Amino acid sequence: MLRPIRISMLIFLLLLAGCGGSEEDGEAAGAEGGAFRVAIVMPSSTTDIAWSQSMFDSLVAVQTEMGGEDAMKIAFSEGMFRVTDASAAIRDYAAEGFDLVIAHGAQYGNSVFEVANDFTDTSFAWGTSSDTGADRGIENVFAYGAVANEGGYVNGVVAAMLSENDVIGVIGPVAGDAKLYIDGFVRGVTDVKPDAQVNVSYTGSFSDTTLAAEAAHVHIQAGADVLTGSAQQVVGAIGVANENGVAWLGTQSDQISLGPDVVVTNQIYNWANVVTDMIAKIEAGELGGTAYKLTFDNDGLRLEFNENIEIDDEVKEAARAAIEDIKSGVVDPVLLEEDDDNDD
Amino acid sequence: MFDELFTITTLIGILHSCVRLATPYLLASLGETFGQRSGVLNLGVDGIMLMGAFFAFYVVFEGHNLWVGVLAAIAVGILMGLLKAFVSVTMQSLQGISGIGLYLFGLGLSSLLFKTLIGSVEGVSGFRQLPIPLLADIPGIGHILFNHNILVYLAYLMVPVSWFVINRTTLGLKIRAVGHNPEAADTLGVSVNGVRYTTMMIGGALAAVAGASLSIGLQNVFQENMTNGLGFIAVALVYFGSWRTAGVLGGSLLFSLVNALQLWVQALAIPVPSEIAVMMPYIMTIVVLAFTARQIQKPAALARSYERGE
Repeated sequence: MLRPIRISMLIFLLLLAGCGGSEEDGEAAGAEGGAFRVAIVMPSSTTDIAWSQSMFDSLVAVQTEMGGEDAMKIAFSEGMFRVTDASAAIRDYAAEGFDLVIAHGAQYGNSVFEVANDFTDTSFAWGTSSDTGADRGIENVFAYGAVANEGGYVNGVVAAMLSENDVIGVIGPVAGDAKLYIDGFVRGVTDVKPDAQVNVSYTGSFSDTTLAAEAAHVHIQAGADVLTGSAQQVVGAIGVANENGVAWLGTQSDQISLGPDVVVTNQIYNWANVVTDMIAKIEAGELGGTAYKLTFDNDGLRLEFNENIEIDDEVKEAARAAIEDIKSGVVDPVLLEEDDDNDD
Repeated sequence: MFDELFTITTLIGILHSCVRLATPYLLASLGETFGQRSGVLNLGVDGIMLMGAFFAFYVVFEGHNLWVGVLAAIAVGILMGLLKAFVSVTMQSLQGISGIGLYLFGLGLSSLLFKTLIGSVEGVSGFRQLPIPLLADIPGIGHILFNHNILVYLAYLMVPVSWFVINRTTLGLKIRAVGHNPEAADTLGVSVNGVRYTTMMIGGALAAVAGASLSIGLQNVFQENMTNGLGFIAVALVYFGSWRTAGVLGGSLLFSLVNALQLWVQALAIPVPSEIAVMMPYIMTIVVLAFTARQIQKPAALARSYERGE
């Protein structure tokens, strides 16, 4: 009797739910003569003010540079934290004939290579990684990553100069994952203040904003007067920093909107040059084989100060000097181990 | 190194963190207790929390009073509760699956509304810490218990209120009767569906306020999926607390205490691997569940649909 209605209700609910979980630009899936078609699969959302947003913003910047939607189409699937979902999305985009399919997470590596083997005329890109599969005969995969310890180092220098208590708190997602940034950060702090205490804590999750917020409370109670952290979880922590008037140093994307009075600097990942270069190579018939790294030297990393708050010129000057030292090789914050699958 | 953990300042800090962290768990699991005591399992708590978090945030973001934000969350929570009741009670869908559907609905719709109406992650000025005069000045205890924002106090106030409603009122008697033996309750003139609709609305409202406690209380931001599965832990805490309000309070505090402890252990650079530290709350939950399992008396009609004349 009521069973068909019950089932249809359930299907209705599930369908409704599906409409917001991940989004695609429907138009982009259609055939578009002339327009370069890029698809991206990302673990969090386009507005995570961290890893995923950094790439999405860069894609939009490249689209604008190329002349808008007529020249470049962007399709995206967000919230793909389950690798199996991401793998299906990567395959779908490849099957739909996109020119470039970006798998924006180190966890997607196996999926990318598997699909790349089946779609040899499609170009793929993935990161964080330096593995293009060239040693295994794969020719249609690009790899990319950010040398996040460079900006970490500069943020560390800034943190050391801002801290009056000489206690600084760091909120990481999963141990090992944000290692590059945190290693660089600690090195920057200790180069300026060898005795300063840098307390590092991990929440065990990329997206646990509640625990990240509490971690910020804990660091503040433990005496920290400057905080930093990475991954999309930090929104909660920035809220706490803002409420307590404690300085925050951001990474990956611009985080000023969350703490207009406390976010002092942001290390911005600018993938635009990487994407532009990939597109140029693809149009020239080269579908993969290059591993890109964002650095200060190639303008892939940028350190931006919050112009709305007063920051000592001395601090700004020290940051600029640190960047120049990194570029010229005087300072080497690179504690890289080979093939670092981290920092996403 | 471990000495640092046992200083008065650190212990006070850990307990203060524990009390604050328990807030969303407590509100959501008390709401779930009402539903489960009446025989309805609602796995959609996390979705309701997300909707509550979003609407509270959006209303405040648009410049309205924080309490209007809380009321908006309550309203949307009641609507979500009604939806769950309609699907599970009137339509008699499988409660577990329809709960997952409700969760996905809340997750998807809150993300969609966020993208459409706000577009980027923004901050608001949420409920500030409100030290209770005199009580907050008591050394140690004052900071631990009486130096929080008002939604934290409200969550703890809901423990005796919920206990009273469930155990000392006519409505509570009906809830327990419907959860234990709906057929018998029906023959005595109790509207089984009416009671279950009521508990779904109460549960929805409390879950939504739990969400609001994150977006305009503890974090003052909204981000897609910001609850990160917290609502599912709240459902587990109801089992953990053996469907008693005091048990739910104990479970919420224990889970939050271990979470607070692991954050402090890491922040003080005590040499415990962070992987072990972040596992601690879950290990503790499993251990306690293992030792309390024998005493559990769950509502006999839990997750069972009721149809007259069946």
